[in-house]
Amino acid sequence: MSSTPASPQPLLDARDVHGGYGSMNILNGVNMTLYADEVGVIVGPNGAGKSTMLKAVFGLLNVNQGEILLNGQPIHNLPPNQLVERGMGFVPQEKNVFPSLSVKENLEMGAYLKPQNVKRMLEQVYEFFPPLVEKRHQPAGELSGGQRQMVAMGRALMAEPSLLLLDEPTAGLSPLYMNEIFDRVKKINAAGVGILMVEQNAKQALAIADKGFVLAAGQNRFTDTGAALLADPDVAKSFLGG
Amino acid sequence: MNELAFFINNVVIAGSVTGSIYAIGAIGVTLIFSIMRFAHFAHADMMTFGAFMVLLLTTAFPAVGASIGVPTALIMLPLAMLLTALLAVGIDKAFYKPLRAHGVKPIVMVIGSLGVTLMLQGLIRLFSGTGGQSLYVDDRKEIFRLALPFEGARAPIVITEPQIYLFVITLVAVVALHLFLNRSRLGKAMRAMSDNPELAQASGINTNTIVAVTWVIAGGLAAIAGTLLSLDVTFKPDLSFFLLLPIFAAAIVGGVGHPYGAIAGGFVVGFAETLAVFNWNVLLRPFQDSFPEWLTLPSNLAFVGTEYKIVVPFFILVAILVWRPTGLFKGKVI
Repeated sequence: MSSTPASPQPLLDARDVHGGYGSMNILNGVNMTLYADEVGVIVGPNGAGKSTMLKAVFGLLNVNQGEILLNGQPIHNLPPNQLVERGMGFVPQEKNVFPSLSVKENLEMGAYLKPQNVKRMLEQVYEFFPPLVEKRHQPAGELSGGQRQMVAMGRALMAEPSLLLLDEPTAGLSPLYMNEIFDRVKKINAAGVGILMVEQNAKQALAIADKGFVLAAGQNRFTDTGAALLADPDVAKSFLGG
Repeated sequence: MNELAFFINNVVIAGSVTGSIYAIGAIGVTLIFSIMRFAHFAHADMMTFGAFMVLLLTTAFPAVGASIGVPTALIMLPLAMLLTALLAVGIDKAFYKPLRAHGVKPIVMVIGSLGVTLMLQGLIRLFSGTGGQSLYVDDRKEIFRLALPFEGARAPIVITEPQIYLFVITLVAVVALHLFLNRSRLGKAMRAMSDNPELAQASGINTNTIVAVTWVIAGGLAAIAGTLLSLDVTFKPDLSFFLLLPIFAAAIVGGVGHPYGAIAGGFVVGFAETLAVFNWNVLLRPFQDSFPEWLTLPSNLAFVGTEYKIVVPFFILVAILVWRPTGLFKGKVI
């Protein structure tokens, strides 16, 4: 729960981001700063632009105004494959595995740009997600939701990202799996990967967040440490269901 | 026993020949569909183009093969595959890529490919003429007659040299494709893109590269199919165009998007065709004595006449689309 930056330069710095699909803006000036050792969580009501913001960071939609910096370099409107090269990993909420490929092949695809790292990273990912070891030759489409989420996160980790973007990683999972996923998120973060995730399960997510961003109508409503947001009665009343 | 030889010649060998050609064609169609999500109607004329390249090269250097003892056309095949692959990539750049960039519906791509097919066919006709030409320019087509090891077997099993090459090359192509798709990094990326193009991109896979690789493979396979077919019969500018329907039937029967399904589908359609036109009278004649007297077998006992062969894949296609639109291997619905 440290808010002291590990390095003077933030890992991700989004300034006054306006953007959306085409020229229609869904984001109306979002600011986000995340340091390399932090877990950032984006929460907010439906239609607040949470997932939109994540997609804007990953270059999946247009940033019409403002800028996004990764390690000080502007990255807005770069295509996703170039962002992967620059150390960003993205796990979409849905359709986040290759169903007909085996678990191992799914993971290999994550390291597509760094084939020399496959062996080492496979070991590391299997360490993060031990259940995947015995399923490694099974098609990912046959796995349960929780295991599929592990494959999806593992695939993104294979590229050794410095920043991992997770879009509602616990959507549709049982509470048991939800805790397991949050637990892994913390571990991955401890291994040196900055994390920015969108979550519906706001309370549980803020509990592991170094930084929480409460969005509403495409703008920042509250920005603070996860603990502070959880303790704030205004946030609790409007966004966390009392 | 002559009947058995007749059956082997007219069903087993003929069916395997047609099946192999349909299979190689259908693999290309199914790969293109799984990466680009449209039915590529110009595929058959890419086959003709490949065969035409072989014809040109063989006519230019007719004596090359004689020194090694294989038909010149086969030596020219790799070169023709390369040229056809280049043609395929070029066609994509010139016609399909701009359409994709506009984000058009698949049906627009299909109609576009129909335009490409007419263009290609016209272009080939312009240079080759409309008649048939043998790819055996300077070599002789060997015909092997294998006697059956039975007493009283006078009719031999007849198999030609190009048919043997056809089986061998089909086998090599299928094994090579299997290894490529399952072992190589690029092949796995191709399967990944077929599964989920957005996620492939989010993994850093360059989808433009995969599209180009798909055209190279489809073009190379098309050249193989066209050449082997022309070797077996003769080269004609409209030869493969008539294969378009059975090839699509094969791809759909196998389950669109499944290369292994396409192989199975190719043989299903190929054998269905040969079995449908086979004269069953020949097989039943030896048992004539045991039939009741009022039953005399008609001299021609085939399901359909040879001239109606083309309805067989059409029938299979309609039946599959009605009863099992995903095909045998649960592919995508076209």
